[in-house]
Amino acid sequence: MAISVKNVTKRFGDFVALDDVSIDVPDGGLTALLGPSGSGKSTLLRVIAGLEQPDEGQVLISGEDNTSTRVQDRNVGFVFQHYAAFKHMTVFDNIAFGLKIKGEGSGVIRERVKQLIDLVHLTGFEKRFPNQLSGGQRQRMALARALAVEPRVLLLDEPFGALDAKVREELRTWLRRLHDEVHVTTIFVTHDQEEAMDVAEQIIVMNDGEVEQSGGPRDLYEDPASEFVMSFVGPAHRLGEAWVRPHDVEIRHEPNGKTIEGMIDRIVHLGFEVRVELTLSDGEQFSVQLTRDEVEELELAEGQIVFVRPRVTRVFAMS
Amino acid sequence: MTLSRLGLRSIVLLYLAALIIVPVGMIFYRTFEHGLSQPIDAVTSSDGQNAFWLTIVCVGIAVPLNTIFGVVTALVLVRQDFRGKSLLNAAIDVPFAISPVVIGLALFLVYAPRNSWFGGWLMDRGVQVIFSTPGMVLATIFVSLPFVVREVMPVLREIGSDQEEAAETLGASPWQTFWKVTLPAIRWGVTYGVVLATARALGEFGAVSVVAGSNLTMPLFVRKQFESFDLAGAYAAALVLALLAMGVLLSMSYLQKRSTKEA
Repeated sequence: MAISVKNVTKRFGDFVALDDVSIDVPDGGLTALLGPSGSGKSTLLRVIAGLEQPDEGQVLISGEDNTSTRVQDRNVGFVFQHYAAFKHMTVFDNIAFGLKIKGEGSGVIRERVKQLIDLVHLTGFEKRFPNQLSGGQRQRMALARALAVEPRVLLLDEPFGALDAKVREELRTWLRRLHDEVHVTTIFVTHDQEEAMDVAEQIIVMNDGEVEQSGGPRDLYEDPASEFVMSFVGPAHRLGEAWVRPHDVEIRHEPNGKTIEGMIDRIVHLGFEVRVELTLSDGEQFSVQLTRDEVEELELAEGQIVFVRPRVTRVFAMS
Repeated sequence: MTLSRLGLRSIVLLYLAALIIVPVGMIFYRTFEHGLSQPIDAVTSSDGQNAFWLTIVCVGIAVPLNTIFGVVTALVLVRQDFRGKSLLNAAIDVPFAISPVVIGLALFLVYAPRNSWFGGWLMDRGVQVIFSTPGMVLATIFVSLPFVVREVMPVLREIGSDQEEAAETLGASPWQTFWKVTLPAIRWGVTYGVVLATARALGEFGAVSVVAGSNLTMPLFVRKQFESFDLAGAYAAALVLALLAMGVLLSMSYLQKRSTKEA
């Protein structure tokens, strides 16, 4: 295991940010820490980096106990949500920073920085200052800066959180490709389940300072271990005791005994997908995901009374 | 729109003219009213020269000390949490809050050999604080203390600790982080604080006058010449003081212009 966190607890005053958390991250993998804000995911990442000291528990990096190793000696790359660019340095000097601290010769530094600038597609920007770059460029620079010292692990704290949707999506794809090239064990923190599923091979879902579940994107979606994971990873609705995904629901015009009556409030066309929003007979709001063709075939219209039947439901033990 | 803007501008200009530009301009005018020889004699007299150098000594010790102390204090107040922090924060403003004369008097009470045990102890070891240079330096330090702290704190808060943490993850020691990351990031805050502290230290009158005895700094020299009816001398010394302060202010706006260009 590249990173093992064992029974880590971290408190800030009375607030328990991490409550007996243990995780394992395999060598060379791309892992997402997914959770809502305040779930402890960023704190966990900072504990791994050494930017926070855990109150209890251990952090192992490449099998070594690094719990009390200083940040400077951990050799981890860290990328911050707001870039943390050194504003008074050029792109070149930002990326060269770690190498200069290490005391590398200027020839080595120049060559290494050039490679990294090519890798993150910032060729020609060497002499710019961070405020002359776009958000996406700054974050790529920050990534190159972190990679310059050849870290054992790369930690990204909501790396795309401050960027707009389009750039975010580009950078996601780019990060996955970069990971294929560089192969450094990577953990990134995100609150966006789609981003986690898009980029990561393994997802660790956190809530209230605890790990809810970890596994591949598909495992989490198909086989959620708790109500929280069901509702946080992918869309889900509650129907009585059971939970159902919007695409696991059938709409019919006649009741068949197992169906629930509802009225169509709105039909939202999202390209190929169509979201049908309903109010059920018990007053609950509900939405069903259909394809464009299905909606046309059923001749659905706003204001219609229809009958819905879940095809697949899940029931979780009360937690 | 244009009219109201012009109106505002004239009000601001009038206000500045009446309260600042005219009185300072008058000093220039009066100094050279009766030719150059009288004012030049006054500031080059031995009293005038001594006052000039004593002022430079006070400023030269007080400002660097307050700069170092100011940066360290700002770092402690912004980056650390501890009991009594708000008390320390409030204490920084004491020199702003109380009258300089009171500050001088307070120093007198602590360091005068006849008034305090500590003053006597120092005197026995040959250190005379009150009515001597050390006391004047202490008074100058006291009155110019808050400037660097107060200018640097908001800048530190604004930049946050991200850059410092990034430097640490890249292997930089706390010392390297300070010199290569923190200090460059706060340098304009420090510069501005230094300029304000220097201007304040140059012009200090009240606190220094209490502990000066027969020694004279420039502001005290101006007052002495004025009281002994050497008006030309008083104007000339005042002019030197005003030029020093303006030089400091101008050098700051020059530095600021350069900083915005560098971006």
